[in-house]
Amino acid sequence: MHPLNQVKGEYVRELLNKGVREEGRDPFEYRQIKITHSLLPNAEGSAQVEIGNTRVLVGIKLDVATPMPDKPNEGNLMTMAELLPLASPEYEPGPPSPDSIELARVVDRGIRASSMVDLGSLFIEEEKVWSLFVDIYVLNFDGNLFDACMLAAVAALSNTRMPKYENGEAVRTGELGRLKTNNIVTSCTFAKVGNKILLDPDGSEEAVADARITIANDEKVVRSMQKGLAGAFSQEEVEDLIGRSFDKSKELRGLILSSKSE
Amino acid sequence: MGSSTNKPELIVNGKRLDGRGFADLRPMKIIAGGLKNAAGSAYMEWGNNKVLAAVYGPKEALPKHTQDPDKAVIKCKYSMAPFSSLEEHNRSGPNRRAIEISKVTREVFEKVILREDFPGSEIDIFIEVLQSDGGTRAAGITTAAVALATSGIPMTDLPYAISVGKVGDTLILDLNKAEDNYSDADMPIAIGPRNNDILLLQMDGSLTKEQISEGLTMAKKAGESVARLQREALKAPYERILEKYKI
Repeated sequence: MHPLNQVKGEYVRELLNKGVREEGRDPFEYRQIKITHSLLPNAEGSAQVEIGNTRVLVGIKLDVATPMPDKPNEGNLMTMAELLPLASPEYEPGPPSPDSIELARVVDRGIRASSMVDLGSLFIEEEKVWSLFVDIYVLNFDGNLFDACMLAAVAALSNTRMPKYENGEAVRTGELGRLKTNNIVTSCTFAKVGNKILLDPDGSEEAVADARITIANDEKVVRSMQKGLAGAFSQEEVEDLIGRSFDKSKELRGLILSSKSE
Repeated sequence: MGSSTNKPELIVNGKRLDGRGFADLRPMKIIAGGLKNAAGSAYMEWGNNKVLAAVYGPKEALPKHTQDPDKAVIKCKYSMAPFSSLEEHNRSGPNRRAIEISKVTREVFEKVILREDFPGSEIDIFIEVLQSDGGTRAAGITTAAVALATSGIPMTDLPYAISVGKVGDTLILDLNKAEDNYSDADMPIAIGPRNNDILLLQMDGSLTKEQISEGLTMAKKAGESVARLQREALKAPYERILEKYKI
């Protein structure tokens, strides 16, 4: 850990012991969230999400490809996350770290499990399907990448152009329809510091967190979960946080819906 | 979580395809020790899964920048052998799935190992899946816990893991490959039985809050037998000595 974060972390831990969060935030309150979509016209879809100082960008591309051997009638969904060195002094260039792989796979599972995009509808003809690429770029790190990336991916997918298929190739210009989406999934990430639990941990809170849990749900059911870090949760805590995630997701869904252009 | 195409009936007349009830676990066998060079090791058969785990260390953490002056760092590598599945040959080397499983497995053991006892050192946990039939991460964690115990590295708990799944509206435990491919939800969990701590929790698919609670409760109940088997495996070599010398 960066020594500055360690010092800051001690301070954050002390504050939390007094029951106070930086900037007087409620334990189950998000920082300010801002969603901007379609900011990169060359991409089929794009969105930027800011949660406090955390800033992530998602670009969506669709290419003609061959299907996976075990799913001949379905399009491919590929989610990748880049923890760019420009986003934090702790990120370094090189192959994807376990953290970036976990982040991408958690977002991928949320999208997949919610059936937000019907992969069957991405089938074109025998041996030809659409590959849907969700590329996550982390531009500035200040905690809670999971929720920021999930929001950005869902906001981008909800505002994505569908290229046409002509003579074996993708046509991306002219009059285009939109990628059909059927659901909205959002996630809530909680950090446990000592015995206190906080929604939307910022960078210094994550630095001292013992455990973390991300719960992704739509209006009706939980779609994916991921516990992280070395600490533990009790069953009662998990049950409580699922309830809170359902509550909070109403706000998040509202933000996505109001960012959706028709 | 699989596609809905060609989905087989996973429950017929209240029984699963392999004849199990909903909360039944597959037969299990754990052997503690076995790999002479390792500080600790274990082998487990869980249904058709065959898993080896070995522990090396504590030793100086290398490269040096990985060292933590306050405590041991845990390094974990989960890997599936290229010949481990009934289907095609797997490319060897870590894929993204294996890297994620290695990470969440490492986090399970970071909680229970007394890492402060070994500052500056590393403890390596290797999990090799020789044959796979669904639930290999659960089998890997359960086996690695026994391997760690045989190494004598002090731990506060002996974790085990179990997967919970859903077929239609029915929750089932310990999914085999076919169930894993076509179930409506998959939720692997690792538990520290001393306080019933949840050390690993992943999920994808579709579960209500009530189903998650029920699944966690089912897993903890069935897990008692897994925890017992782990302890029996650790005692077995000593009982053989007692028997040999009729002490």
